[in-house]
Amino acid sequence: MSARAPFLRIEKMSMRFGGLTAVDNVSFEVSRGDIAALIGPNGAGKTTVFNCITGFYKPTSGRISMAPDGALPDPAAIDALTRSGRRHRDGLYLLERMPDHEIARAARVARTFQNIRLFAGMTALENLVVAQHQPLMRASGWSLLGLAGAPSFRHAERAAVARARDWLARIDLLARADDPAGALPYGDQRRLEIARAMCLGPQLLCLDEPAAGLNPRESADLNRLLRAIRDEFGVSILLIEHDMSVVMEISDHVVVLDYGRKIADGKPEHVRADPSVIAAYLGVPDEEVAAAEREIGA
Amino acid sequence: MAGARASVLVDALRAAAIAGGLAFPIVALRAEPDFSNKLVLEPRWSWMFAAMALAFLVRLASAFLPRRAAPAAARPRDEAAARRRGRAFAVFGLGVIFAWPFLVLVVAGPSGALKWIDNYGVQILIYVMLGWGLNIVVGLAGLLDLGYVAFYAVGAYAYALLATHYDLSFWLCLPIAGILAAFWGVLLGFPVLRLRGDYLAIVTLAFGEIIRIVLVNFSTLTNGDAGIGNFATITFFGVPFNASEGGFAAVFGLDHSPVYRLVFLYYLILALALVTNLATLRLRRLPIGRAWEALREDEIACRSLGLDTTKVKLTAFALGAMFGGFAGAFFAVRQDFVSPSSFNFIESATILAIVVLGGRGSQIGVAAAAVAIIGGSELLRELDVLKRFLGSEFDPTQYRMLLVGLAMVLMMNWRPRGFVATRAPTIALGERRAIGGDLVREGRG
Ligand SMILES: Nc1ncnc2c1ncn2[C@@H]1O[C@H](COP(=O)(O)OP(=O)(O)O)[C@@H](O)[C@H]1O
Ligand SMILES: [Mg+2]
Repeated sequence: MSARAPFLRIEKMSMRFGGLTAVDNVSFEVSRGDIAALIGPNGAGKTTVFNCITGFYKPTSGRISMAPDGALPDPAAIDALTRSGRRHRDGLYLLERMPDHEIARAARVARTFQNIRLFAGMTALENLVVAQHQPLMRASGWSLLGLAGAPSFRHAERAAVARARDWLARIDLLARADDPAGALPYGDQRRLEIARAMCLGPQLLCLDEPAAGLNPRESADLNRLLRAIRDEFGVSILLIEHDMSVVMEISDHVVVLDYGRKIADGKPEHVRADPSVIAAYLGVPDEEVAAAEREIGA
Repeated sequence: MAGARASVLVDALRAAAIAGGLAFPIVALRAEPDFSNKLVLEPRWSWMFAAMALAFLVRLASAFLPRRAAPAAARPRDEAAARRRGRAFAVFGLGVIFAWPFLVLVVAGPSGALKWIDNYGVQILIYVMLGWGLNIVVGLAGLLDLGYVAFYAVGAYAYALLATHYDLSFWLCLPIAGILAAFWGVLLGFPVLRLRGDYLAIVTLAFGEIIRIVLVNFSTLTNGDAGIGNFATITFFGVPFNASEGGFAAVFGLDHSPVYRLVFLYYLILALALVTNLATLRLRRLPIGRAWEALREDEIACRSLGLDTTKVKLTAFALGAMFGGFAGAFFAVRQDFVSPSSFNFIESATILAIVVLGGRGSQIGVAAAAVAIIGGSELLRELDVLKRFLGSEFDPTQYRMLLVGLAMVLMMNWRPRGFVATRAPTIALGERRAIGGDLVREGRG
């Protein structure tokens, strides 16, 4: 298994809401170890793509295959699984067939939300412990061992708290572990939501506009955090981002959407030089595109 | 300033006008049958004006009352003191609860104590159990269930039918009643838990009514409206509570009195309530309990973390239903009679009021609210003293529900989030600090 082999493939995916085609025949891949960016103007369909990958929407058509613990097999094997009508086989998952919670648990895709969705009335620590529900539930013997106070459960709970503590330290929130998540400043909430997703133990982390509303210093911290997630934990990242400078700085691979269609896909420096991307992204006439190009140094 | 005062006056006048509009058809126009049984209109204008004046004055006075202070951020020093006060209160309360039957026996004697042990003891404890059961569903999981009485009914009828037809003992009937109620909770849960918010509330409301109507109409099994009676042969570990040779009083060398049975029942339900409370407090700190609360906070985030929210809801529904089933079994034993009329919507509403008034999610708050609402509405039966002021024709029990309603409006105005408005974290690295109710969500189903 080579380090940079594709492990998520989206093929000819479309999503229609009534008469509106929010995502139109989009295909792209994410490779293991990549930080991939999904960009495009407001309403381009980026969040909808995320919702399809993570199972919150069922795409109208198309196929999403994911190999969480390896690389995608050759297309014939994926076709065979598609024909079999099953959801998964041999570590290969067809996400468009799975409910959202199973995608998180079995296909190991974690996500954050454009409008932060923390458990506001629970503490930062509790948020991170809830994310470890699956192993804890098993350790609590579906609550029976837990009710009896079995040592094996207490051990598992200590491990979960230790992991949560690690993440709190990493995002600089250890001092606020026992504060309700809803009382944290906005930037802290964004980082806490990322830490919570990481406590799930994912292979792919999908972040919907993680830098929105952050000041430049917080934004730089975020970039460092994302790199650490990729380099230390080997978790691949797919992120939606508006800020071109962030995208150019950290991503290995950029996919550009406009009105639901993919208009570019490639390395950041290629995408940046693509005039149709700039036109679409800024949605302005050519002379202003030229100005914008000068601005971003294209 | 003058403008503000004028607007207060206008506001009070408007309140008076509304009161007048309401009172005109209800109070002012009274139709009385005369001696030939014809209805004669008998206007009572003075009553209507009294209602308008009252509305005017209350509205005016409320404008000059001090505003409710904004919820201040809890300071650590206050919290430690509050916790100490809370603990002292809990110890005192538990002491009173444990000693209650003996206190009233000493004060009122065996026959006088019956009412106080039964209506104020056993009945309140049944509602505490019900409140705690519904608290799991509404308070922790945030699912609005308006038909909780269905499980109360399942427990009561399960007990009554099993005891009547199979002559099973209390100790066998009780767990079976709980399990059957839980089973019905799951059964009803499957179709309704895909619904959210208002829809869930309406469908659970319908289920509550359906169960009652089935009990009315399935008369070959349930004996319809006439109900089932004379089945509760509860014994003191084999010794029956009757006046016979081998009865409780004879065996222990006491004078026969129905009070022993009630005292036994009181301690039985107290023990069961305490056990279920401990189980709930523990469950809250287990993954399942955290999942319930996370569900209340944000269902979509739960699913993104791999929680199967349908299962999480079903466990809350089933466990809440089981507690309702236990309470139903005790209700059946206490009354020795069950009929569908005990399980109408007003019961569901009362139990929900207990949970909301107590503070969703708080065990101690719910218990306190059960005491306040059930004990309070029982106490209103005792207000014969009012006759002295309002004439012997005045019957205070007729105004009972009105006064209970008024008291609840005032209490919710005073504490909109219930007696216990804060949430205690389930786990902490340092000291556990209560979370302000303004951050805790209420769930939408
Ligand atoms: N649940 C939905 N129902 C109807 N239309 C939707 C829904 N979700 C998204 N859309 C529409 O799909 C388009 C793409 O939205 P979105 O994916 O949120 O864009 P982006 O995240 O790129 O800003 C928008 O026109 C939006 O209004
Ligand atoms: Mg979006």
